[in-house]
Amino acid sequence: MATDTRELTAVRATTLTRGFGARIVLDSLDLEIAEGEFVALLGRSGSGKSTLLRALAELDDGVAGSGELAVPVERSVVFQDARLLPWARVLDNVVLGLDGPQARERGREALAEVGLGGRERAWPNELSGGEQQRVALARSLVRRPALLLADEPFGALDALTRIRMQELLLELHARHRPAVLLVTHDVDEAVALADRVIVLDTGRIVVDRPIPRGASDAAAHRKHLLAALGVG
Amino acid sequence: MTEVSIPAPRTREAPAAQRDVRLAPRPPTGRRLRPGPTSARALALGPLLLLVGWTGGSAVGLIDPATLSPPWTVVTTFGELAADGRLQSNLLTSLQRSVAGLVLGVGAGVGLALLAGLTRTGEAIIDGPVQVKRAVPTLALIPLAIIWFGIGEQMKIIVIATSVLIPVYVNTHAALRGVDARYVELAETVGLSRLRFVRQVALPGALPGFFVGLRLAVTVSWTALVVVEQVNATSGIGYLMTQARTYGQTEIIIAGLVVYAVFGLVGDTAVRAIERSALSWRRTLGS
Repeated sequence: MATDTRELTAVRATTLTRGFGARIVLDSLDLEIAEGEFVALLGRSGSGKSTLLRALAELDDGVAGSGELAVPVERSVVFQDARLLPWARVLDNVVLGLDGPQARERGREALAEVGLGGRERAWPNELSGGEQQRVALARSLVRRPALLLADEPFGALDALTRIRMQELLLELHARHRPAVLLVTHDVDEAVALADRVIVLDTGRIVVDRPIPRGASDAAAHRKHLLAALGVG
Repeated sequence: MTEVSIPAPRTREAPAAQRDVRLAPRPPTGRRLRPGPTSARALALGPLLLLVGWTGGSAVGLIDPATLSPPWTVVTTFGELAADGRLQSNLLTSLQRSVAGLVLGVGAGVGLALLAGLTRTGEAIIDGPVQVKRAVPTLALIPLAIIWFGIGEQMKIIVIATSVLIPVYVNTHAALRGVDARYVELAETVGLSRLRFVRQVALPGALPGFFVGLRLAVTVSWTALVVVEQVNATSGIGYLMTQARTYGQTEIIIAGLVVYAVFGLVGDTAVRAIERSALSWRRTLGS
């Protein structure tokens, strides 16, 4: 697939269509994400959120579809499960697939950044769920992505851990400025983290709403988004 | 009588001491569904019981020495065999055959499992024939093996290797097929090359299955040894036993069986030890 890193645009999807059998999941969707922009993607189950994320991750081999898609080569994915190889130590998980003598050094730095310095030799099984997800974040970071795709990365975490992870993600975004597409069904999470919130419904974008940083009208955004999701 | 006919309210009026619910000793938490730790000593219990039964049975005359020589006769036989060097030389020959067959068979089994487990073509070409071989008893292959490879070492090692290959292949192949698709997806997103995928995801993921196969393979290499050494052999533990049968020396037959048993057990323990250190990342029932 063509790769495009034209200035200021990290993702450009034009009339993107994906379907499973007769069911159309993404319906001629247009989407642009600017470099460094933090976009949250909301939608009910079956709205096509995951399909869109998988399309951007080019993980949808064998899925029927059409349209044009330009995504950076340097992209990484954070899944809902930390998806660490249980037979590889934490550092080896972080640098999985990386080459060169600096890879391990960079891996250590990334681990330190997510607050897991010193746990390089631990097995994933020895870590808590939150720590495992931190390792997954480090694994994404160390690749210096221009685009970070996150599929409900905090969905399986307890409320306190989730808040801490959200802060960490914001911090990392501020420091490294990748474009982020965060799939979530937590409206508050979307409003708190993103520069822009998109709501997907039956494969189309029904809301595309910028959330200015520092704006105090979070409640208004929340209400609007919930209404778009058919709640409240 | 009156005690029995006392109506229900009595329970409510019973003295406090009797009403107290006795706390049942609670099982240690988190242990109830696990079998608990296994020590090396516990593993030796089964074989030890067999030995005790054998010794006791022989001592009280329950076991006829013509049918089954008593342990002490077997021990002295071991001494005699060791003194004239027959034990050592035959044991060495057997070990060499078994190890050579094991190494070749495990290598071939893993190689074939990788080809069949990771490629469509490999699966189509390899899996069928291996399943056919699996259905054919080793003993039934001997006549053909003799015609093809003669009665020398080559034939013996090939027969052992092809027998060893089966459990290694079957278990490694199944484990490869069972590697979590999510890890495959992860490998795609981090852009692993095919070679690295095999080395860092497929092989370690299939390792638990491989070790099951390896443990079976060690035992199979010994049982296949018995078969090949009792056909046209002029050396080895099996040969020693076949000769003993001709002369009706049950104590040598038993000595041979003991050697097989001990080495089978030692082999299995060795593989288990390797398995434990290789799979130290696992947290399962057995650990």
